[in-house]
Formats: sequence, structure tokens, C-alpha cells
Amino acid sequence: MNISFSKHTLANGLDVLLHEDHGCPIVAVNLWYHVGSKNEQPGRTGFAHLFEHLMFEGSQHYDRGYFEPLQGAGATLNGSTNADRTNYWEVVPPGALDLALWMESDRMGYLLPALTEAKFANQRDVVLNERRQNYENRPYGLAPMAILAALFPPDHPYHWTTIGEIADLQAAHLDDVQAFFRRYYRPANASIALAGDINPEDALGLVQRYFENLDPGEPAGPVHVTAALTRDVRIRFEDRVELPRLYVAWLTPAMFAAGDADLDLATDLLANGKMSRLYRRLVFDERIATDVSASQNSREIAGYTQITATAAPGHTLAELEHAILEEIARLAQDGPTDAEIERGRVQAESQFMLRLQTVGGFGGKSDQLNAYNVFLGDPAYFDRDLARYQDVTAASLKEAVARYLDPARRVTLSVVPQGRAALAASGSEPAVVS
Amino acid sequence: MTPAPAPRAAPVDRSRLPEPGPARPFTFPTIEKSTLASGLRVWTVPHPGVPLVAFTLLVRRGAATDPPGKEGLAAVTADMLDEGSGDRSAIEMHEALARLGAQFDTDIGSDATVASLTVLTRFAERALALLSDMVARPALREQDFLRVRQLRLHRLTQLRDMPGALADRVFLKLLYGAHPYGHPPIGSEASLTAMTPDDVRAFHAGAIRPSVATLIAAGDCDHGTIVRLAADAFGDWTGSGGDDVRATGVPPAASRLHIVPRPNAPQSELRIGQVSAARDTPDYHALVVANTVLGGQFVSRINLNLREDKGLTYGARTAFEFRRLSGPFVLQAGVQTSGTARAIEESIGEIAGIRGARPVTDAELALGIAALTRGYARNFETADHFGRAALQLALYDLPDDYFAQFVARVERVTIDDVSRVMTRHLDPARLTTLVVGDVDAIGPDLSRLGLGEPIVLAPDTY
Repeated sequence: MNISFSKHTLANGLDVLLHEDHGCPIVAVNLWYHVGSKNEQPGRTGFAHLFEHLMFEGSQHYDRGYFEPLQGAGATLNGSTNADRTNYWEVVPPGALDLALWMESDRMGYLLPALTEAKFANQRDVVLNERRQNYENRPYGLAPMAILAALFPPDHPYHWTTIGEIADLQAAHLDDVQAFFRRYYRPANASIALAGDINPEDALGLVQRYFENLDPGEPAGPVHVTAALTRDVRIRFEDRVELPRLYVAWLTPAMFAAGDADLDLATDLLANGKMSRLYRRLVFDERIATDVSASQNSREIAGYTQITATAAPGHTLAELEHAILEEIARLAQDGPTDAEIERGRVQAESQFMLRLQTVGGFGGKSDQLNAYNVFLGDPAYFDRDLARYQDVTAASLKEAVARYLDPARRVTLSVVPQGRAALAASGSEPAVVS
Repeated sequence: MTPAPAPRAAPVDRSRLPEPGPARPFTFPTIEKSTLASGLRVWTVPHPGVPLVAFTLLVRRGAATDPPGKEGLAAVTADMLDEGSGDRSAIEMHEALARLGAQFDTDIGSDATVASLTVLTRFAERALALLSDMVARPALREQDFLRVRQLRLHRLTQLRDMPGALADRVFLKLLYGAHPYGHPPIGSEASLTAMTPDDVRAFHAGAIRPSVATLIAAGDCDHGTIVRLAADAFGDWTGSGGDDVRATGVPPAASRLHIVPRPNAPQSELRIGQVSAARDTPDYHALVVANTVLGGQFVSRINLNLREDKGLTYGARTAFEFRRLSGPFVLQAGVQTSGTARAIEESIGEIAGIRGARPVTDAELALGIAALTRGYARNFETADHFGRAALQLALYDLPDDYFAQFVARVERVTIDDVSRVMTRHLDPARLTTLVVGDVDAIGPDLSRLGLGEPIVLAPDTY
């Protein structure tokens, strides 16, 4: 099983990926820029994401909001920014492909003449409200800030969150926007995928027509910074919550690197579903937690595995920590059962098939083609990606857990109710988050 | 698609946007239907392509069926379906699901309980057997009940920390009072504490029954096979789900402005609305168009005003939440604390304006209709989409040609229709406003809105 496609690179460096699927009369347009919060500098955080907002506010030849003409043509559209990339997508009726490409190419080539101080100030206010809604006014919402800051050193670009620091957002200038655009929003740093009800030859002609006269620029180039933990970093903060929550996080391999798939399956067998080891012990049998989750968060230049559990009333974070570490140790010592490995394989197959169902949006086939192309230079990676999971063995999973989920090198964060610092796991230092 | 010019030929005309070409026709597949002797309806929506089948089992009984004092019973029952069956324990049930790589979920609303299971085609038969074990023959053991209830009580504790969830919960109560829609599916501490395993068994025996159920299979499947497998799996599931919940009157809210204190909150969670139309209103399509213009899409009046003009919020939206009985109309937004009163004033002004003072313009109507119709086909791409679409028909008794007719019916909506239905179904004088926010910071501003003194509500009374 694979996603069939053709790849073309325009003279200015823009990668074009085309995938035909006539199952539904729609076309997905998906454009990746290889820039994210990883390309920001300390003191200037939150910028890549704020910039994404400005991309919807108009360009030189259509200096109005981008939503109206596209929604009026029957499109849905959105964009997102993470540490490693920024993506923009539209799902359009086939007759509106022209319109979507006109608009994407106009903002790639001609954003700056339309950019004003007023637009910038407005979207900075919107982003500050996005931050309030999704982080500051949400219980446990500042935990990602504390965890990333403790896992990665201050000069590592995963030290901060993509939403950024309030002071940095307030200090951002229109000049910064212009420099950022000139550096990163260039054809040579971008990849566009069209998937759905297209004729690939015609679609390529349209992309050439709209994009090939734009100045190439240069690829952003790799970011090389390493991180290492040498101890158990124990931190805490107080929040407006009723139940204390424990987070344990480890530095782990990057996306697609050796060990990544093993840890992905390991976190599944630890905390995905009622029969998973941690759910069964913490929530089902011992009832010391109200919930538990685990994930391998793999990014372009590093990853981290995180386990999160909330204490049931009357139980302590010390109990949770003890049980979690004991289960990790057991997995590192004895490895998974054959049944767990078999389950992991079939779940991976099922997940990959689900991803083949849709051409557009976040995670659809057009987005996947771009992910493989931008991070690996190889859009044909779908079946090898699945093979990474099918190739996991009990021995390789055990080895990855033993190697990376080391109790002596981790971050242990306690989030406790206001005024109840004593409920934190032992030896925790206060962390400053805002 | 428009024919492509030869590469490198015509320069791009950037003086105006390209006109979209005509829409391609879209045809909803025929739903094949059978009914088993038990009354269970079995529907199939073929959608080959990816080797997956999405099963959706709809039972037209939900939280509105909760007996008074037992609020949360339907949800606990739904939650216990996957807690084992026969000799199989909850853990064994989940191991069996995991061996199929199955995506299993239960969803509970006011009007329905929905169990859904998506699997690779080669596991369809085993999946259906598991689904029937869960829905028709759940174990409903006391020890599992006690654990599930305890987790739900913890969840209620945690929901109080979440300003959006707290606002939703309090707002329903303000709008509906003792009406069957006045409580959230999870219920309350008091009602959950009063509940027994026998309550769950009685609810399952009297409501989770084939007479009110529809099994929908969508994706890579054929009707004959599904009916045969369903007859095997659900053959011993019998009985009546009782009567539909009857409409009761909703008393108007006693006051118009309420606040749940959240000291030092950086944002206020805002809800403004009233009890409005049911899903079977003849005004449905006109209301959908009207809401699109008012607050149903990014370029709606309310989002453009509060977000794109004033920067007060990350997003504001409105919805008519259509249900079998009269559902709520709700505006929701998280707004920065300092802009709370202004956001309320602007929001109520927009709702009042679209009813008369500032009726929908030709351009807004055209945009709203186009947004709803031109890309309509994208709602029918995956097996899950088709399953969910068929579920709408079964839940709300809609005709089989509902999706085929949707575009034409929306295109017929006029400006007069919009004014008429908004006047009929919204009344600014009856709008209720709720804020979860920093009462010390915004209280004085709220008092000046002309909505009366805000009534301060304690979060733990809901």
C-alpha cells in the first residue's frame, strides 16, 4: 500500500507533489514551508506562529482577508505552525483550484506590500488571546512550557513552545516580520502537494503558471543543536486545579530515527486503552489515578517521551511516580509480550489505513506527502514508514525503553493546587511559568 | 478543472481573482435498508476504496431519557458497554478490540447513544460480534459500575477547573431548568452518588433496545453480508426502548446576566443564547444560512467583529444546536478579561441587528449560500463521513433524498427568509448571558450593560 504520486521541482526550487484520487470531487492544496519555532531565537519566540496568522490577512494583489473568496468558492482552509514547519491548506471543489493557487502564490510572492502595522497589531492581539485560551486559562495549560524548558537547554530551539512567550510577542516588530518572510517564505524552502480530483498534467501546468516566476530564495537549512539530560530534573508549579498531576518526560530519538517507532509502540502498550499496562495498574486495579496517558513526541531534530497521570483524590504523586517507574523498569527488564507486539502491528496497520481515507486537511494524504518530502526528501516513504512499525520486535522495543526511558535522566514535573506545594513529588524545585 | 494553458505561456493576471468554475455533480450513494425481526434497522452505505468498514450503532435514547434524580444514567450505561460481556472481563474485551486494531468509541448526547467501531475489512465479522456483545449483552457488573462511577465523579471535579466546560454546564441549566435538556449527560455529584447498578441494568433493559436502534455499516462492505452477520450477532437482542421523551415547556430565564467567578482569569468564557428551534423545523435551511452569516464561519459578522476588527478573542461563533426537541442557540467565545463587557454588547448588537436593523445583504447571502453548497461534496469522503450522514437521517427521521436536496434547498433561501426565521427563532429580549470570569475586574462594566445586575453563581452549585 502506498500513496501514488509524481514529484516535480520547479526551476526556483519549489517541490510539487501530485496525487490523483477521484473518489470525491474535491482537491486538496497543501503547502509546507520548512520553518517553525525551531528557527526562532531566544527572546524572539512565538514569531513563526504569529507570522502564520498574517498570511491570512491579504497580499499585494488581494489585500483583504483570505477566508472570504475561498469560503465563497466552497473551500475549507486553515494553517498551523509547529516547531519544525508551517503548513497552509485548502480543500476546494475542482473548479476553484485555480483560485486557491492564485492566492497561495500571491502570498508566497507578494505578502509584504500588503502588510501594515494595523494588521500586525490586530493579529498580535488575536494570538495573545489564543495563548490565554489554550494555555493560560486552561488547567495544567502551562505544563508544556515547564517541560520543554527543563528538557532542552536555553540555546536549543525546542526550549520554548510554538505559541511563544508573552513578552516576546509584545516586543515583536513589523521589521521582524519582513525579515522573516524574506528568509523563509520562498519557493526553495517550500513544498506544495495537490491531491484529489485532478489531472496531474493539468495540475502541474497550473502550479508552474502561478509559482515558477517567484524568486527562489534558499532552503532554511538544518538546525544543529543537541540536548542531554544528566539527572532527574524535579520541578513543580501551582495552578488553579483540584487534582495534582504528574508528568515524567525523557529525551528520545527524533522523528524517523532508530528507536522512534519502538517508543511509539511502547507508549501505546503502556497507556493506550484499558488493557494497557499503566491504565490497568493505576486506574483500573489500584485506582490511584483518574487518568494516564503516554506519547512519543518525535520532532525533526529530537524527540521526547512523556507520561502524564492525575492523582485520584486521596492519593499522592509519589504513589504515581513509584508505579510508573516500576512499570517502565519491568518493560525495560522483561520486554513486551508477543501479544503486545502483535497488537501494536495491527494497530499500526489500521492507523495507516485510516490516514489513507482523506486527501486534505491536517494529516490527509496531501499533508503526509509533504511531511515525507520536507523531512526526508522522499514522498514515497509511506510504506517504509509503516514498515518501521511492522519491524519492531520485542527485543528492539525492550532495548529502546531500557536505553531512553532512564529514571536517572528525566524531567519530573508536579502541577499542584494553589498553596499546596507540599503535594508535589519529593525534591521538586519551583518552576517559573507564565 | 479549467484547462491548463501550456506551461510558461500566459502570464498570470493578478488584477483580479480567477472565477471558480462550475461545481461537479455529487451523488449520495443509495442507502440499502433492511429490518430484522427484532425491529433493529440495518443500513449499509457502500463506499469502496480503502479496506475499512465503519460501524455505527445508533440508539435513539440519550441523556434526555435520564429519570429525574438519576441524571447521568444514560451516560454511565453507555460507558459500561465496553466493560465486559458474559464471562469476558473489561480487560479481555479491550484486548479483543485491540487485536483487531479497532477504533471503538461511545458518544452520548441528549437524544442518542452512539457506539462506533471502525476496522479493517478483514475483521468486519469479528468486529460486529464484539459490537453486539457490548451493546446487546454487556455484563454490567457491580464492581465495574463502582469504578466507572468513581471516575465520572473525578471527572466532574476536573470539569469545574475548565472554564469552557463549566460555562457549558451552567448555561444549559440557565436555559432549560428542569427540562430533559437542562442537565449535561455526565449528571451531577448527587445524582451519580444516588445511582445503583440496578439502575443501569434497568436503563439498558428499557432503553438500549433494537426497536429504537439502527446499525449502520459504511465503507468497504455489501448489504447482504452485513445483514446476515447482523442477524447472527444481534439475533437474541429484543425488546422495546419505550417512548420518546416528550416536550415540556421551558420557563424563560429569571434574569438575563449571570457570572460564575473565576478570580484573576485572563479571559472570560462567554455564552449568550436562548432555547430556539428543533431539528424538524421547516425553517431549518434558512436558519443554517442565517447562522452562517451571523456566526457560523470565519467570515461571519461576529467573528469578524470580535476577532478581526477588535482582536478581543481567538474566535467567536454561534450555532443553532438542532435536536429532536427545541435546541439551544448559543454564541460562544473566550474573550480577554478587559474586553468582556464590550464583547457582550457587540454580540447582542449583532444578533439584534441581523433580525432587522441590519438585515443580511445580497453579498452576505450569496457568500453564505456558496460556502454551504459549493464545497458540499467534501462532507462525503470517508467511510466515517457516510456513516455519520446516515446517522443524521436515522436520528432525525429525515428522508433518504435529504442530502441530494440539501444544495437546492439552501440555494432557495432569500433575504426575507433569513429575516423571518431569525425574528421567529431569536429574541434579543430573551437572550441569556453567562460569563465565567474575574468578577472583581469586570463586575462594574457588566452592571452598565443594561441587562440588570449580574447574578453571581457559585460553580459548585451546578
